[in-house]
Amino acid sequence: MSSQPVSHHAHELPGPALYLKLAVILGIFTIVETATYYIHINETVITLALLIFMACKFVLVVGYYMHLKFDHRLLLGVFGFGMAVALAVMLVMIAIYGNY
Amino acid sequence: MSDLSQASQAAHIEEAHATTTGISHNKLLMWAFLASDCMFFGSLIMTFMVYRGKAAGGPRPQDIWDIPYTSVSAAVLLLSSLAIVLALTYLQRGNERAFRIWLVATAGLGLLFLGGQYYEFTTFYHEGLTLHSSLFGTTFFVLTGFHGTHVGIGVIWLLSLAWMSKRGKIPAIRAEMPEIVALYWHFVDIVWIIIFAVVYLIPYKP
Repeated sequence: MSSQPVSHHAHELPGPALYLKLAVILGIFTIVETATYYIHINETVITLALLIFMACKFVLVVGYYMHLKFDHRLLLGVFGFGMAVALAVMLVMIAIYGNY
Repeated sequence: MSDLSQASQAAHIEEAHATTTGISHNKLLMWAFLASDCMFFGSLIMTFMVYRGKAAGGPRPQDIWDIPYTSVSAAVLLLSSLAIVLALTYLQRGNERAFRIWLVATAGLGLLFLGGQYYEFTTFYHEGLTLHSSLFGTTFFVLTGFHGTHVGIGVIWLLSLAWMSKRGKIPAIRAEMPEIVALYWHFVDIVWIIIFAVVYLIPYKP
């Protein structure tokens, strides 16, 4: 068999160089997240910054490492639906019972 | 090109034409499982956030967290995600030996994470935080314990796959398995991304 791309989306997939760059970015985000623990400024600002960094890391891993960015849109719909339900339930329950 | 790589190619091409969606059933099922696991972990994280202030006189989160230590654990799991995506890349390029090396490296990083979690759990236990000590303890150990269980299952799956690959025992019908395992492993990583930020770092009013 010839060395053709593995799947229907394989020719679009990133290579090791991009994966390494992403790993560096994810590492930097983690360091910055850790640093926020020692910075004593407004808690709302810290919380917002942490949520943004968390969301960026999440999107990078799901989009590039899990190839969802390059894959069939149906998979995004399936996973997105689960995430949306989980997020909605979390937000509602925390709004009702949380102490913020 | 190796047998597994050839089988992987054949399976993908065949599956793409064999289903109405163009997506293999195994892959769609794994994504559906991951979506359901989102809801599972979402409920655990939510419960922790609601009860984390209920320390019942025992250790509070800010008393026992060791953030530098936990951030190293988070980095280890992120590295394991890199390792498995490299494993998959090498498999797609027909280098099955490199695939196995990165697969075992991923499992090794998973074991390192589990070792770190064991150390953290025992430290917390000696400081008075147990499953029964308070609602904070219960929700913390249930959440991180379930995540650790997912990591443990992933490690067993990765090592099984490496062993099967070494023995040439991955049948053509299961040639998509490496991609499915990788999806599962990345999911374990993204759950920890959320736990690390929400459980350990986001400040709260005691």
